[in-house]
Amino acid sequence: MTVEEHALEHAAPGHHEARTSTGLDNVKVGMWSFLASECLFFGALITTYLLYRGRTLLANGQPGPTPAEVYDIPFTSVSSFVLLMSSLTMVLALAAIQRGDHGRTRVWLLTTALLGATFIGGQVYEFTTFVNEGLSISSSPFGSAFFVLTGFHGAHVTVGILMLLTLFGLSMGGRLPTENARTVEMVGLYWHFVDIVWIVIFTLVYLIPSE
Amino acid sequence: MAERSEELLERAEEHHAERVRARRGRPAQHPGPRAYVRIAVILGVITLAEVWIYYVDSLRFLLVPFLLAFSALKFSLVVLYFMHLRFDSRSFAALFVAGLALALTVFVVVLLIFGTFAG
Repeated sequence: MTVEEHALEHAAPGHHEARTSTGLDNVKVGMWSFLASECLFFGALITTYLLYRGRTLLANGQPGPTPAEVYDIPFTSVSSFVLLMSSLTMVLALAAIQRGDHGRTRVWLLTTALLGATFIGGQVYEFTTFVNEGLSISSSPFGSAFFVLTGFHGAHVTVGILMLLTLFGLSMGGRLPTENARTVEMVGLYWHFVDIVWIVIFTLVYLIPSE
Repeated sequence: MAERSEELLERAEEHHAERVRARRGRPAQHPGPRAYVRIAVILGVITLAEVWIYYVDSLRFLLVPFLLAFSALKFSLVVLYFMHLRFDSRSFAALFVAGLALALTVFVVVLLIFGTFAG
């Protein structure tokens, strides 16, 4: 029996990049567990928002801004589209590093970070507009629930942008070889998760009317 | 010699993993850039449809079910293709679905308790 035949005969079950007792990549198990816990985190915030979105009275008893009055659907739709497209550029970055194309990996990582920054810019503009219209985090239960939910999502996007820029910097310095494609994959999983959370927020918070 | 054995072992494991995936009816390869672009186009079209239906008054009675269906479709496409859950081990899918199911349960229970039964 040749060495090759022996290796084929006695190959351990599981993925080639994971030699663990479960046959699964431990880092990937950790990331998927983290994302599962994040489902609960955002689930709780979305539930709270749905309970409080109809409570728009201000502290002085006067009626405050309602969701229908403050939301700018065309603007938020464009923001949503930008974040969706950043998921495309993220997965293209992963495909590029997996085939060893480091130039394109850098291009797609930077594009993803810029699209994420554009989304955050839109969110800052939206928050500023809302505050100018009298809706703040402390003005009403609706305001509190809205700003906490979308603010936490924005914070997640910001963390994602920082991770993307770190990967870009590592790649520029030649410290992100093809063997480290899994690092890009993990950041990608986080980024796509932030995107799917926004898919849900866009529908439940912005598009579905409160009455 | 050690390097050669290592390389052979990796190839063998990859070969085995592909056979396992084939047996389970799961594709062995991740999609390529063209497939990713096609999925992104579908996601963009669904987003346009969501916004369009939001403004059509005659379809107001269908708004909520349509929006929920569109949202679920977009969510699934991203998770299955961009996050590669369709191609990776079912254990990862089980982990994620468990978290999602728990979140949905809490969501429904809390809304029922505080939304429906609250004074």
